[in-house]
Amino acid sequence: MAEPPTGTEPADLPEAVATPPHRWAPSIVWLVPIVAAAIGAWLAVHALLERGPEITITFKSAEGIEAGKTKIKYKSVDVGQVTTISFSKDRASVLVRAEMRKDADDFLRTDTQFWVVRPRIAGGYVSGLSTLLGGTYIGMDVGKSTESAREFKGLEVPPVVTLGVPGRQFVLRGKDLGSLDLGAPVYFRRIEVGRVVAFHLDKDGRGVTVRVFIDAPYDQYVNYYTRFWQASGIDLALGANGIQVQTQSLVSVLIGGLAFETLPDAPVSSPADADASFELFPSRAAALAPSTAGAHTFVLYFDESVRGLEQGAPVDFRGVNIGEVQEIGIELDRKTKTVRIPVLVRLYAERLQRRELKGTVKLDELERREVIDAMVARGMRAQLRTGSLITGQLYVSLDFFPEASPARIDWTTEPPSIPTVPGTLTNLESSLESILRKLDKVPFEELSDDLRRALNQTETALKATEHLMQRLDTEVTPEAKDALIEAKRAMAAAEKVLASNSPLQEDARRALDDISRAAKSLRVLTDYLERHPEALIRGKPEEKTP
Amino acid sequence: MSTATTAGLGLLACPSCGLVSRPPHTGGHGACGRCGAALHARKPYSIRRTWAFLIAAALLYIPANVMPVMYSSSLFGSQEDTILSGVAYLWSSGSWPLAVVVFVASITVPLLKIIALTVLVVSVQRRSKRWAHERTLLYRVLELIGRWSMLDIYVVTVLVALVHLQALATIQAGPGAVAFGAVVVLTMLASMSFDPRLIWDSFDDPHG
Repeated sequence: MAEPPTGTEPADLPEAVATPPHRWAPSIVWLVPIVAAAIGAWLAVHALLERGPEITITFKSAEGIEAGKTKIKYKSVDVGQVTTISFSKDRASVLVRAEMRKDADDFLRTDTQFWVVRPRIAGGYVSGLSTLLGGTYIGMDVGKSTESAREFKGLEVPPVVTLGVPGRQFVLRGKDLGSLDLGAPVYFRRIEVGRVVAFHLDKDGRGVTVRVFIDAPYDQYVNYYTRFWQASGIDLALGANGIQVQTQSLVSVLIGGLAFETLPDAPVSSPADADASFELFPSRAAALAPSTAGAHTFVLYFDESVRGLEQGAPVDFRGVNIGEVQEIGIELDRKTKTVRIPVLVRLYAERLQRRELKGTVKLDELERREVIDAMVARGMRAQLRTGSLITGQLYVSLDFFPEASPARIDWTTEPPSIPTVPGTLTNLESSLESILRKLDKVPFEELSDDLRRALNQTETALKATEHLMQRLDTEVTPEAKDALIEAKRAMAAAEKVLASNSPLQEDARRALDDISRAAKSLRVLTDYLERHPEALIRGKPEEKTP
Repeated sequence: MSTATTAGLGLLACPSCGLVSRPPHTGGHGACGRCGAALHARKPYSIRRTWAFLIAAALLYIPANVMPVMYSSSLFGSQEDTILSGVAYLWSSGSWPLAVVVFVASITVPLLKIIALTVLVVSVQRRSKRWAHERTLLYRVLELIGRWSMLDIYVVTVLVALVHLQALATIQAGPGAVAFGAVVVLTMLASMSFDPRLIWDSFDDPHG
């Protein structure tokens, strides 16, 4: 009972109805915060458990990367998210911190690669288009290393080939890059079999190194006799067969590409090792040109002008290209005080030994020298020849000149010198010169006097002839004409006399008849006289008429 | 103080019909003889209950703000938003008034409610006599604004229901939304459990 009423309240206040006490203990309300705490704790623990490893990726720029938004994707699956972006201490690069998924631990190897995926057009492919709508993300390629890592250096360009794709990489060294780009296609018999995955300038700046990746079934076609060349653009050749156009696909014409082929006469070879190094040729023709291996340098001393001879000019042996001009110089011989022109040439021994190489024999150095010595002894000399009369291009020709003065190679000098003979152009010049000299000796002035005199005489003779002709014309011709008319008339008379029905003919015939009749009677007379010789005295008796 | 209160007079006022009755002579709990509502001089275990709800609300206030309230996935990728990131987005995109409204309704109000209730409960427990009017006013304000603090949940609920275009865009409520809803409910429960009459009880205390 509460304290007693203090008097002011009406005494007839109703009394509250007594109700049974609550079955619930009042402390049950504490369950609410306990449950809340449990939920909170569970959420916290869950978040902590879900929390994956945190990694740091260094990029040159954070273009397109947003903290809290940009995802890290592996094979298009979210595996992490960028949490913060900050600068490196020297502010040269950007540190991107990202929280990875809990199960991404295995992905984080020392050689795992990260790159920012942005829309790009390279190598004829458009990639990263989805990032136009969804924003950039960080691509990832899981490495193979067994060591795990938490700090990575991001790639500035996405790798063209992801790890784990079967195939092999090869290294190509060339003079320049041409129009290649990352991802540029590599063709083998016009099938796209690989891509350019990297390129960089050589440290000495003298060339470029291109890495290509050839996909798995095709990489076996790359062996040590394989040649790579730039298949960019159109290779137009005007030859005896007309115009030949060599292209790979239209894509390679537009964006450049590489092609490879194995030398047609190469021996069977095992596939090249991964990362094997090849030379990158500028064109197919250059690539499939005979081997330049086994080059030997010789020096040729010419005493004539080498104008028209250029670096790279061919050295041929009876029309077969066996080397090229490497260097042209000029040097002073101190002893003889003469200037001569040394031309360094490279001869590709392998081309000379090709047939033998196909067999088993390969000449060693001594044998090679013997062969060359023998050839020089037989008169092999180097000569400058004109390749084109129009452009005046020269080339070096090796040929046999049996009448050449004997010479031999001094193998002790480096490079050894092959004896030379004056070039065809020089011969031509000297013979022209001698002709001119002979012409010079001709007494042109006397000749001309004589000639003039002879001409004068000829002229008078001609005049006399003309006079004679005129006389003939005026005097002889009319008489001759009359004579001819007379003769014609005589001929006509003769003809008349001789004609068959002419009186002369008639008379002659009659006379002949008379003569034959006379002869007949004479014969009769003689016959009678034979039988009656008395008749000569007595005369002929009278005929008795029967 | 010679103010007459039902409690001071040892009587019970019915919270439903206002009938004043004497406590049952048998002791224990009583019910209004007229309308049957439970009669208490003060809300039973008011302080204890308020504390319990307050602590629960305060605990859940943390996940409510840390966990995402909304997962939205669309053509442009998926995204999860906490209340704060939403406010930050609104602010950075230039919708300052909206950002302020959301910030006040979703972050400040629940926090202030928790703080204010804590102040009230502590002051009642310490039988403080200061600022009694202001504290009562504060309690009334709490009651008034409490019902508005579900704004976020309302927005999320509407979005979840409306934006369901599967491939194009989908919005799902996150665990933060649940926690946030719980915080709001718990703070409302806490303020309901609190009996403002307790503020004035210290004045009736003869020792006070």
